[in-house]
Amino acid sequence: MANSVDQIFIHAKQWLLSFLNGRLPDPLVQIVSSVLNIALLLGVFLTLFALMSVLERKVLGRMQNRYGPNRVGPFGLLQPVADGIKMLIKEDIVPARADKVVHFFAPILVAAAAILALGVIPYGRNMTPFVIDGGILFFFAVGSTTELAVFMAGWGSNNKFSMLGAMRAIAQMISYELPLIITVLPVVMVVGSLNPDKIVLAQRYYHFGFVPHWFVLTPWGATAFILFFVSGLVESNRTPFDVPEGESEIVAGHMTEYSGFKYATFFLAEYLGMFAVSGLAITLFLGGWHAPLPWLAFLPSYFWFFAKLSVLLFVFIWVRGTLPRIRVDQMMNFAWKFMLPMAFTCLVSAAVWYYDGRRLAAWLWSFAIIAVVYLTLSLFLDTRKKFRPRTYRFAE
Amino acid sequence: MNVIAFGAIAIFTLVFALAAATNPRLMHAALSFAAMFVGIAAFFFLLGAEFVGLVQIFVYVGAVAVLIVFTILLTRRNADKDRGFNWGGILVAVLVFFGLVWAILRTKFVYTSLPIAKALSVKQIGQALMTHYVWPLQCVAVLLTVALIGALVLVMEDKPE
Repeated sequence: MANSVDQIFIHAKQWLLSFLNGRLPDPLVQIVSSVLNIALLLGVFLTLFALMSVLERKVLGRMQNRYGPNRVGPFGLLQPVADGIKMLIKEDIVPARADKVVHFFAPILVAAAAILALGVIPYGRNMTPFVIDGGILFFFAVGSTTELAVFMAGWGSNNKFSMLGAMRAIAQMISYELPLIITVLPVVMVVGSLNPDKIVLAQRYYHFGFVPHWFVLTPWGATAFILFFVSGLVESNRTPFDVPEGESEIVAGHMTEYSGFKYATFFLAEYLGMFAVSGLAITLFLGGWHAPLPWLAFLPSYFWFFAKLSVLLFVFIWVRGTLPRIRVDQMMNFAWKFMLPMAFTCLVSAAVWYYDGRRLAAWLWSFAIIAVVYLTLSLFLDTRKKFRPRTYRFAE
Repeated sequence: MNVIAFGAIAIFTLVFALAAATNPRLMHAALSFAAMFVGIAAFFFLLGAEFVGLVQIFVYVGAVAVLIVFTILLTRRNADKDRGFNWGGILVAVLVFFGLVWAILRTKFVYTSLPIAKALSVKQIGQALMTHYVWPLQCVAVLLTVALIGALVLVMEDKPE
């Protein structure tokens, strides 16, 4: 199974390390090994970021019946290079009344958190940049520092739009962090480990020889996946949840006072956050780097990971091209009244599925639990019957 | 290797702790405090207590620091105003310091060479929490839920007539 193409990067790294082994002191070899991982991680994901930025504009253009960027290079593929150069040579404006230090560190911290979060995801067989036992916990611990960084951006800019944007961002991040983490719990519970590699390994079998053993194919897994994906949309501030940077209301939220490369860094962090959330969704629910069908396993594992990642990223763009921005209060109601109860239901449903022995009956029971809760919630949260002429609290 | 790492982390943590204690700009002090928490988490990582380190970042940087920052934001009209010297703070700090020193001096030190404790895996910690320490855990959970509901009740808006 572990054929040479699949493990080519691992072998290359081992070869390089064994070459260095006699020639450098041991601690230095360890550092070289870590730096190699980090460099590869950054290289791959910065390239993906560049590709994604142009593909997003292309796909959005297609959805809105226009061409999108097509001037620079073949099919506009060199657009990110042009954008990068533009961003680099732009003037970096810092407001006179800004808190300079905080203003400077905010974009760095946002990007650093996103990059660190990418580090624990298994990209292929034996291809996890940082192997730690509590990988899933690491992901969320690092992700939770983003809130502070966004606050720093808002506060450091000393601008009301920045501050309002940061407040909104923190409010929605904290609200949606709850469903995001609770939807992860069923997987952790069923696998019995916080280690991403073990979670991927637990999904390696196939039912009847062709239905993959992915958690998304169980009732609780499908529900948890959808909830996780929606929360991921919110955490990465993507449309329809891009309230913190709602252009029509608060200019660009916490990024209002950023220009040049610092703005590009925020942009980068948003995309890296998107990659990280999609990567974790793949790890938890979509079988990680496993092939969808057993006879497709001859393709290398990292191919499958990135194939799945592209599909999820396409969904991100698709959602952005389709849905309008949601209102702040609607979003908060949705988080606390719908997402959170559904997330807890997933937990119960997964427990039933697990302790009923993963049979067909267990499958049906867990489906029934989710269906009942979903129908009850939609009955109680139905706002259509309350339609009446709109009233305004602060305006006549 | 470990000594260098320890020294670097110690300097980092101490610098930010001092900054948190002495910086007259309240917001900078709060952010230095958050950076100091990261330093403490790094200590836990260095000691192989990965779970505690992660929880340290999760809880203190992700939640407590945000809470402090928001408290400053919501309670102060001018967050940057110089506050003058706080003698009460000195008193509390000295009391806590001597309390800790007293506790350390009273502790019986074990000088025999013990086998180096193996780092606990997350699974072992989880099992201990769910079996041996399940009642304390449940009490804390109930307390936090009560606090959460209490906060909700406090800020709940009266329905307009």
